[in-house]
Amino acid sequence: MPQVATTLAFADRLGAWKARWGIGRLNYLVPPGLYAVGAPTPDAPVLVTANYKMSYDIVRSSLTGRNVWLLVLETYGINVWCAAGKGTFGTEELVRRIGISGLAGAVMHRRLILPILGAPGVAAHEVKKQTGFTIRYAAIRAGDLPAYLDNGMVTTPAMQELTFTLRERSVLIPVELVQALKPTALTAAVLFIAGAALKGPADGLTTVYAYLGAVVAGAAIAPLLLPWIPGRSFAVKGAVTGLTWITAFYLLAGGQGWSVPATAAAFLSIPAVSAFYALNFTGCTNYTSRSGVKKEMRIALPTMGCAVIFSALMVLAGRFL
Amino acid sequence: MKGFSYLRNVATLELNRDACIDCGRCSEVCPHQVFSLEENKARLINFDACMECGACAKNCPAAAIRVDAGVGCATGLINEWLREQNFYRVSKECC
Ligand code: SF4
Ligand code: SF4
Repeated sequence: MPQVATTLAFADRLGAWKARWGIGRLNYLVPPGLYAVGAPTPDAPVLVTANYKMSYDIVRSSLTGRNVWLLVLETYGINVWCAAGKGTFGTEELVRRIGISGLAGAVMHRRLILPILGAPGVAAHEVKKQTGFTIRYAAIRAGDLPAYLDNGMVTTPAMQELTFTLRERSVLIPVELVQALKPTALTAAVLFIAGAALKGPADGLTTVYAYLGAVVAGAAIAPLLLPWIPGRSFAVKGAVTGLTWITAFYLLAGGQGWSVPATAAAFLSIPAVSAFYALNFTGCTNYTSRSGVKKEMRIALPTMGCAVIFSALMVLAGRFL
Repeated sequence: MKGFSYLRNVATLELNRDACIDCGRCSEVCPHQVFSLEENKARLINFDACMECGACAKNCPAAAIRVDAGVGCATGLINEWLREQNFYRVSKECC
């Protein structure tokens, strides 16, 4: 039986940091199977988690000094929530893993403790029917596991409620920025060439700065300030941060000297760019519904597209007419 | 979830109270406290908070809940549309 260490080594922390920045994220996994934390008896509780190393690390480090079983499912290195959505953290894999690992022989009881965010993939009554094991969904955060275990395995309302704190939002931003890097660099290059060809290198550079600011306003500032920005729609929130950015940039970068078409284009297209990146952040949130995002996109995408095309036309018209 | 609310009246969630056997699973798994158990039946008390994760429907032993589950992710939806239009798949997935 593999034994689990409950303290994290420097390599684990470095790995977690790299995973946040999207470096080698997919290779970050733990072999699935049954693990012993401490010296569990056949009566000890069984916790189930994904083989995403960050989930596994959080779970094992929260179990310091305890004797429990840990059943790690094969989710191909993906966290519980995303794997449950894809179905890899699911009924089929759980049933299979219970069989392969010989769990029924290792424990006397027939109870499993699952993370609440794994529930979209697992049908508890199906698992019961196929294996005899009863499922309790314990808590959302692994950090609440000690309290849950000490509390006589009762889930408090706080353990069951999702949060999206400033800290939780800020750890998501590096990946957003890294993913925006390539398209942003390409667009910036195109903007610089276009700006330089139309007016001159200095104007090309100003355009690039305005654009980069719009990306940051949408992909970083909007997520950070999320609950405080007006509007329910993410596109609206992004447009608000974008508009704030272009207003500040206009005042600070000598916007009074810009031509009328250029100014109009800036105030039209910059909020559109920010809105696009803010809308993109819906993929990282834990409260946006698919139907909501669909509705929002049907309105926002054509609006953004028109804003950008119209801006380009205005700049061109201002140059050639 | 305090401080956060998304678009209203969009969720595809449906509860058939007649089929409910009052097992309490839906309120156990819902991370947004959409259900409450009243008069031996589940009831929707917070419809607009539903993020369509599908946990309740998947775990309801009486099949009393229906929801068009999926991830609310703009990039994912764009990719889906592109795929439907037979464009090649773009790189990023949601999770
Ligand atoms: S899970 Fe289904 S049967 Fe159980 S309380 Fe909820 S609606 Fe009723
Ligand atoms: S789909 Fe998810 S968020 Fe919506 S009611 Fe069911 S469990 Fe709650």
